[in-house]
Amino acid sequence: MASEEVLTATGYIKHHLQNWTYGQHPDGHWGFAHSAAEAKSMGFMAIHVDTMLWSIVLGGLFLWLFRRVAVKATADIPTGMQNFVEWIAEFIDTSVRGSFTGRNPLVAPMAMTVFVWIFLMNLMDLLPVDWLPTVAGWFGSNFFGMDPHHVYFRVVPTTDPNATIGMALAVFALMIFYSIKVKGFGGFSAELTLHPFHSHNKAVQAIFIPINFFLEFVSLIAKPISLSLRLFGNMYAGEMIFILIAIMFSAGMTMGVLGSVLQLGWAIFHILIITLQAFIFMTLTIVYMDMAHSEH
Amino acid sequence: MNINLTLIGQSITFAVFVWFCMKFVWPPIMAALNERKQKIADGLAAAERGAHEQELAQKKATETLHEAKQQAQEIINQAQKRASEIVDEAKEGARAEASRIVTAANAEIEQEVNRAREQLRSQVASLAVAGAGRVLKREIDAAANEDLLKDLVAEL
Repeated sequence: MASEEVLTATGYIKHHLQNWTYGQHPDGHWGFAHSAAEAKSMGFMAIHVDTMLWSIVLGGLFLWLFRRVAVKATADIPTGMQNFVEWIAEFIDTSVRGSFTGRNPLVAPMAMTVFVWIFLMNLMDLLPVDWLPTVAGWFGSNFFGMDPHHVYFRVVPTTDPNATIGMALAVFALMIFYSIKVKGFGGFSAELTLHPFHSHNKAVQAIFIPINFFLEFVSLIAKPISLSLRLFGNMYAGEMIFILIAIMFSAGMTMGVLGSVLQLGWAIFHILIITLQAFIFMTLTIVYMDMAHSEH
Repeated sequence: MNINLTLIGQSITFAVFVWFCMKFVWPPIMAALNERKQKIADGLAAAERGAHEQELAQKKATETLHEAKQQAQEIINQAQKRASEIVDEAKEGARAEASRIVTAANAEIEQEVNRAREQLRSQVASLAVAGAGRVLKREIDAAANEDLLKDLVAEL
């Protein structure tokens, strides 16, 4: 970091965990936040430009690459990129066939989008933590006259809870939509209120309904929350470790060398987490969609 | 780490990406995969059919070969039979010819013998007459004794 102010460990970490925010200032005008406090004061009416930028860039990259292959896809001997795309598509297709019993043309493409997109977003974590923020700081100070330590740039969208919760909410909305579409509103409410306790006695059943609803509602709500927080937590923790390792680079030669080794080791290990978390998110998405489609 | 509009933005982005993937990415890839699957299945079926056909052809070829061999054997047998028949016929003909020649020769010999005998007989008669004439020292009238001589000749 360019400024002495952020050379303290706390400042460094805080700087790295602050999103580039555009939103409505308390006085009513819209603009970029210049500090963490300003970003906080914006409340809900703000948007993390870096999160949106990278998620759209990476999602666009995914769609562009795959679309390019899809247009030229032939049944002849596949080559190069088509092999790779087909490999992923078959992997997704197998996963969907294995877990999803209903019929819905949305599920497989959604699973592929979720898997590849989240994988790409997680992959940003492997870039050394200072590279892109430094580039952004240089751009900010040279082209926009900003103080480089007020340029906030987080490049891993999945370490932003907004991103993961946003995706989980979209999945959740689809879950509710298909639950009602497949089972009808009555069927969906019955699912929420008639399990797990069930009685043939009408009076006892009436008592059970609120209890059942409470239990089922909690488990329903738990789905998007666990889905999003699992991904967020893993990626956030991983990024935090990268930041902590990066701090070692400023603590002398010995620590720097040790830090390099640690960073390499953690990055290699992190490849596993990146893939695994993308896979888990995809699998759970498929499973939740299957639950929405299956009748009890 | 504030929860804000990003949440909604991300949800919308997600929905758009999923929609795009479902509309423009997934179907062509799956179509290509399925088409290839079909192609491979067809290819395998064709290969199997080909193998089956080849087996049939081989069987037929073996059968034809076998038949041809049998026919050839038959022809050879017939030829051999015919050959022996011809030999037999030739033998028979030769034998008949030989016996015919022998018979003819015999007949000729007999004829010769008879002729010789006839000659001898006439010579003997004339000799006898000459002898008798000498003996009688006189000329015997040959004409007068013609009957006598003829009887004599017949007795010989």
